[in-house]
Amino acid sequence: MRLSLRPGEVIDRSRPLRFTWNGHDYPAFLGDTISSALAASGERVMSRSFKYSRPRGVLTADSLDPGCIVQVGDEPNVRASHRRVEDGMIASPQNVWPSLRFDVKVANRAVSRFLSAGFYYKTFMKPQRLWPAYEAVLKRFASGGVISNRPAAGYFDKRYAHPDVVVAGGGPAGMSAAVAAAEAGAQVMLVESEHELGGHLRWGGAHELSVLAELKAAVSATNSIEVLIDSVVAGRYDGNFLAILQRSLPGVTERLIKARAKTLIVAPGLIERPYVFAGNDLPGVMLSGAARRLINLWAVKPGTRAVVFTANSSGDAAAQDLEGAGVEVCCVEDARRGGDVVRASGSATLQSVECGDGRTYQCDLLVTATGWTAPTSLLNMAGDKPTYDERAARFFPCSLPEDVLATGGITGDGSLEQILEHAAHTGRLAAGRARVAGGRLRKGVPHAAPTDSPVAEEQSNAITALPVDAHVALFRGRTHGFVDFSEDVSSKELEAAVAEGYSSIELAKRYTTATMGSAQGKLEVVNAVAVVAAATESTITETGTTVWRPPYAPITLGALAGRTLEPVRYSPMQSWHEARGATPLVAGAWIRPDHYGNPTAEVRNVRSNVGLIDVTPLGKFDLRGPDAAKLLSQLYVNKWAKLAVGSVRYGVMCAEDGVVLDDGVTGRLSDDNYLMTATSSGADTLLEWAESWLQTEHPEWRVHITPVTSDFASINVAGPKSRTLLERLVENVDLSAEAFPYMRVRRGRVAGVEDCLMWRIGFTGELSFELHVPSSYGLHVWESLMEQGADLGIAPFGIEAQRILRLEKGHLIVGQDTDGLTRAYSAELDWAIKLDKEDFSGKPELSWQAERSDWPKLVGLRPEDVTVVPPEASQIVHDGAIAGRITSSRMSPTLGRPICLGLVAPHLAEPGTELSIVLPAGVRARAVVTEHLAHFDPEGQRLRG
Amino acid sequence: MILIPCPNCGPRNASEFRYVGESIARPDPNSATQEQWRAYLYERVNPSGWTTESWFHRAGCGRYFKIERDTNSNEVRAVRLEPAAATKGES
Repeated sequence: MRLSLRPGEVIDRSRPLRFTWNGHDYPAFLGDTISSALAASGERVMSRSFKYSRPRGVLTADSLDPGCIVQVGDEPNVRASHRRVEDGMIASPQNVWPSLRFDVKVANRAVSRFLSAGFYYKTFMKPQRLWPAYEAVLKRFASGGVISNRPAAGYFDKRYAHPDVVVAGGGPAGMSAAVAAAEAGAQVMLVESEHELGGHLRWGGAHELSVLAELKAAVSATNSIEVLIDSVVAGRYDGNFLAILQRSLPGVTERLIKARAKTLIVAPGLIERPYVFAGNDLPGVMLSGAARRLINLWAVKPGTRAVVFTANSSGDAAAQDLEGAGVEVCCVEDARRGGDVVRASGSATLQSVECGDGRTYQCDLLVTATGWTAPTSLLNMAGDKPTYDERAARFFPCSLPEDVLATGGITGDGSLEQILEHAAHTGRLAAGRARVAGGRLRKGVPHAAPTDSPVAEEQSNAITALPVDAHVALFRGRTHGFVDFSEDVSSKELEAAVAEGYSSIELAKRYTTATMGSAQGKLEVVNAVAVVAAATESTITETGTTVWRPPYAPITLGALAGRTLEPVRYSPMQSWHEARGATPLVAGAWIRPDHYGNPTAEVRNVRSNVGLIDVTPLGKFDLRGPDAAKLLSQLYVNKWAKLAVGSVRYGVMCAEDGVVLDDGVTGRLSDDNYLMTATSSGADTLLEWAESWLQTEHPEWRVHITPVTSDFASINVAGPKSRTLLERLVENVDLSAEAFPYMRVRRGRVAGVEDCLMWRIGFTGELSFELHVPSSYGLHVWESLMEQGADLGIAPFGIEAQRILRLEKGHLIVGQDTDGLTRAYSAELDWAIKLDKEDFSGKPELSWQAERSDWPKLVGLRPEDVTVVPPEASQIVHDGAIAGRITSSRMSPTLGRPICLGLVAPHLAEPGTELSIVLPAGVRARAVVTEHLAHFDPEGQRLRG
Repeated sequence: MILIPCPNCGPRNASEFRYVGESIARPDPNSATQEQWRAYLYERVNPSGWTTESWFHRAGCGRYFKIERDTNSNEVRAVRLEPAAATKGES
């Protein structure tokens, strides 16, 4: 039932909304949460519990409310006591098996016998053949809503921030601290998890509301405070790196802010702790904060006849609020005078309450105010180990690092004025420390302009600690009840876990799953600790708490994934490829044409006419300096000293463990200028690798390495007619076989473009010229080649055709035909390795490999069945053991049969050896080791032509 | 995320860097025994406390440098460029 106007209400009665719950239409006002609107309409059951399918209702009326997790449209696990109603919203309950209204007393009794502590471990382990049956039952229990198969709608954002001070918690302490820090000169981020600033002042009386109005005015009058509402500091990491999750932004579903705060003020207030007794989960049993929020924020009358069980001022205030709202308070049971609650009873919802002295009251509402839990999560993440104060019955911060401060209820009690004063001091201290930290950071930047020396910070000993009030220690009463409402764990199960030997809180937690539900311990951890402490006859301090880890609040995968900032790279000819319908291939950061429709035809055209392939992603490096050859010699297993100007050489690079790292062709352009190429995927690593030699081992070498991959568009012109084609476009270079032989480099004008490099190399096994042209002319040169080659049968070819062509020729691909264990001798690169060099990367390993003969070898393989291509990575077996694997395989359009490369055990590497290959489905295929890696033109007549 | 104090660029997020590893001297490749080379390749102290390690500022200046870092607290106390930068800077 909706009450008449409340002074602090957050609903806008002039803005009525409609929404659907469980298939029925409900009214709400703007500002209502799903659960407040339902409560206003008299609904009390919001869900069925996780394990026992018990009815659950409003317990906390805030984001922690364990029984108010619902489905909204496609979105599961929405916190109904936090999410605001929108017009037309479709909400439905989760965990409703068999149904929300079904009286489950019978079902409860049936299941509670076997859902004891550790029941998953005990019940479902054996026998394994019954697992499918178990799974069907478990799926029923473990409902967490329904996810959509569609991609997540909405925009998820990321932001980086560098505030001076972040204040976690926008209650009175947080607001006061933020204003004081800002006035002391700090840029402040004030983060509040609810939809408005104010904390408990919002549901307080006239005094609290007037203080709130003043604080709000002060915050909005301060320019350097950024207020984030419906936001939460989800984690604190090294160096005060904070993950802040921000919601309620226009056009943004969720934003993850990664903030590097100079200081963090933790001001989360306190969380009200439930009391453990029989029936404590019945709809109608709620915390004093929940009753006060329902009445004062949403003008909802939470019941008609109430028992109030109070141990503190919050419970006393709730009793007053209830009376003011017209609820008949039939009993105020005061724990400070020995009062207790033993049992709440009712069918589906609360009907009666039995008090400690045996009196029983008929009522539909039981409000408990039995104590507070300090949400120390962020402090724990900062390295603090909070200590338990028996007198106050809660934990307090113990020792904090310099860049983390705490204020407000988490640090003590006292009057509102005392708390505001403490927070203001803390804010000023945080601003001072942020200034010092900022000065330290700027000092770390070698070339930064000098800044003012930090002003002496406010002394921390100037802050008067807040007083700490005594509080009755209330955790579990005389009966057993629920400790963890979201995981359905009772105090009885925790005691059973201890009896079975799980007496450490960390073990009992995992065995029973207490504190592992959606509230992640914030409601239940101290009760769980207290129950375990009682069962082990130890104190809460001795028992200790479970470890708090990030995230502090539930976080969606969308927020973590965020918007992607991965760069994508294209060659200057990409528009041409796209216009020709090229099938794209994602190769690292590059998008490349895989083929233009028919890779087989592309292969045939290269072998018979001429083809063009865009090889722009090829890693390219400009080496300059008198010691360039020394660097090459250090990186590659080959020799470089005698490479003549105008020549190119194929080189192989190994890591220090002798494993093949990269390969490519390097050309000498002038005395002290080389162009080095690397595999497309290895280019970034190679630069770091080369720099590490230059910067750490050989700083005396005078050579610079500059990445120039994107400075050139690279085009390989391959095929018997490639020379004819280029003769039509190249000026000032003699392309004849005599003047420009195989493995040479020339510089000249191509299609009118100056300074193009031409290399005669042959990855495809054909006569071919690789052109590196200034990238802005790439498309022009490519189109000119296509135009001039029309009568020669020119056609583009893609990566797939290139892979087939090189496999026909037996050229290996690093990372495809080698792996993380393949040293150079295994890859049939003996000819390149020059062990007589003074030094090169991996030299000792290769020397030792050369002395042995037990390494696998790369061989060519010819399958007997000419119709079946053994898939890559197929096992090669011999004498019942794995003896190798296929590294590359394709159907050869040129030879009309499958061709393979494989790594095999050394005793099987002899040409003519018959091997057995395991095909999918277990069939064996036979193959013969060939004489050469090359299946086609092993003598290399064509590429030298 | 910890801050790494790059000697050229100042304190930056660790995600801008590649962690190279504990600093270890390269044995003479022509006289090293297999045991020495294996130690160079694979064996690290991984202490709980102060360690000297190399980082590479890949998203910044492209320099290798060494820092002394306490693996427990992530405190960094000494930073120096690899010798190359110093040599080249002087020339």
